[in-house]
Amino acid sequence: MPFLYRLAGWKCVHCGAFHNYKPVVCKRCRSREFAQIELPASGRLIAYTIVRSPPKEFAQVAPYAIGLIELDDGTRIISQLTDFREDELRDGARVEAVFRRIRVNGDQGIIEYGYKFRPALRRS
Amino acid sequence: MAGVYVAGVGFTKIAEHWDRDLEHLMAEAAIKAVEDAGVSSVNAIYVGCALSEPLQGQMNLGALMAECAGLVGAPALRMEAAEASGAAALYAGFCDVASGRSEAVLVVGGEKLSDGLSEEVSSGMMMSGRSWYEGFMGADFYALNALLYRLYSKRYGEEGIPFFPVISHEHAEGVSHAQYPFKISLDRVLESPFIADPLRMLEVSGIGDGAAAVILVNEDLARRLSSPKARIYISSATDYVNPFDREDPLRLQSVLLAVNKVLEQARASRSEISMIELHDATSILAALCLESGGFSPPGEAGKLAMKGEFSLSGRLPCNTFGGLKARGHPFGATALYQVAEIYLQLAERAGKNQLDNPRVGLTLSLSGVGAAAFASLLKKE
Repeated sequence: MPFLYRLAGWKCVHCGAFHNYKPVVCKRCRSREFAQIELPASGRLIAYTIVRSPPKEFAQVAPYAIGLIELDDGTRIISQLTDFREDELRDGARVEAVFRRIRVNGDQGIIEYGYKFRPALRRS
Repeated sequence: MAGVYVAGVGFTKIAEHWDRDLEHLMAEAAIKAVEDAGVSSVNAIYVGCALSEPLQGQMNLGALMAECAGLVGAPALRMEAAEASGAAALYAGFCDVASGRSEAVLVVGGEKLSDGLSEEVSSGMMMSGRSWYEGFMGADFYALNALLYRLYSKRYGEEGIPFFPVISHEHAEGVSHAQYPFKISLDRVLESPFIADPLRMLEVSGIGDGAAAVILVNEDLARRLSSPKARIYISSATDYVNPFDREDPLRLQSVLLAVNKVLEQARASRSEISMIELHDATSILAALCLESGGFSPPGEAGKLAMKGEFSLSGRLPCNTFGGLKARGHPFGATALYQVAEIYLQLAERAGKNQLDNPRVGLTLSLSGVGAAAFASLLKKE
């Protein structure tokens, strides 16, 4: 899933809807024409929560933070938050994507990686 | 479309049933419903269950149910729509009778959540979102609800939202089939620890086991049976699975569409509805159901709740036996408990929770945070 690694996805050429998966038809207008794009890797935090009663895949890492982020192009995505002090998670705080270990999956213990967001290091 | 009627209901207490297996819990509810309706056979069985594969390692619940309920031979299939699986089974059973194919069907739902650890149940519920996205990120059901709660509080304030569990528990007091048949105060809700900030432990439904069943019959058979009947209508709609892909995450379009369609089907208006069974898997979802369904202005549901509008003696009583929060929320069974409870109200069999001459009741059942919504409407005959 390129989205989980590079925030890459498909934008509908007709209505502009963003898909974080390769669509067969556009989820809004059913068009079949898409442009591949990469979303901006920075944005602002809209809301966050701390998961304290985790699903089993995340039992080892709980508590952890989940954020709703509005990227600089207006796309809203969900991400784990990392490398923060809780007082940095203000409404509208600038955040940026980093590549991190997400979870260890299944009996084989495959380590899965993907994006997380952290408070922006530089003011942008 | 031909008329479809609820002719009988059955259910178990919601509890941690360590000594029972899933199919026998469902068989108990099914047999009670068959006896309650007084039917001698059914043409088909529809089973609602969400998590039997991860929790019990079991599929093929249709055939298992037919055997355990002593109905071997009848066609039996299982429907799944995550936490709304019971409503999905009801929808299928309704269509079977309405089409004229079946005279009587058994719709039964069950879930045995206490077979898993709470982490396993959370993980199971996370499958109602996209596994490779929300699931991969660990954005489970409670996390998504918590984010909606934050957006709601920012736009409207959170006043009254934590009061929904207080109402549900008040209604569940002394209810013999409820998992948590006792009152809780608003202070206790507010003081309970966060499960996913700002969502508190006492604002979410618990983990329990239960099964519920209803018998649906056609008009001909309804006339011949002596049990009380309620005409039933059901509708459903879907929305983008991730709530933040929707134009306004605080408006559950699936709920609005399902409610509008079921009202149109029943030629009824909102003002005729005497009571609602809400999908209060979380306090914030209870409010969003009422507001999205057109039963409260946006941002007002909590305030109306504090004023008593949704209490037993209020303008629009909700969750008259405790709802998902206090009666309990065994996913595949939940929607069928809702229908059974509305039926008991319409049949004047609701005991101390009986409303004064209710005529029309509505149930709302959601998968995830409104990816799918099912609305059923029951009318007294």
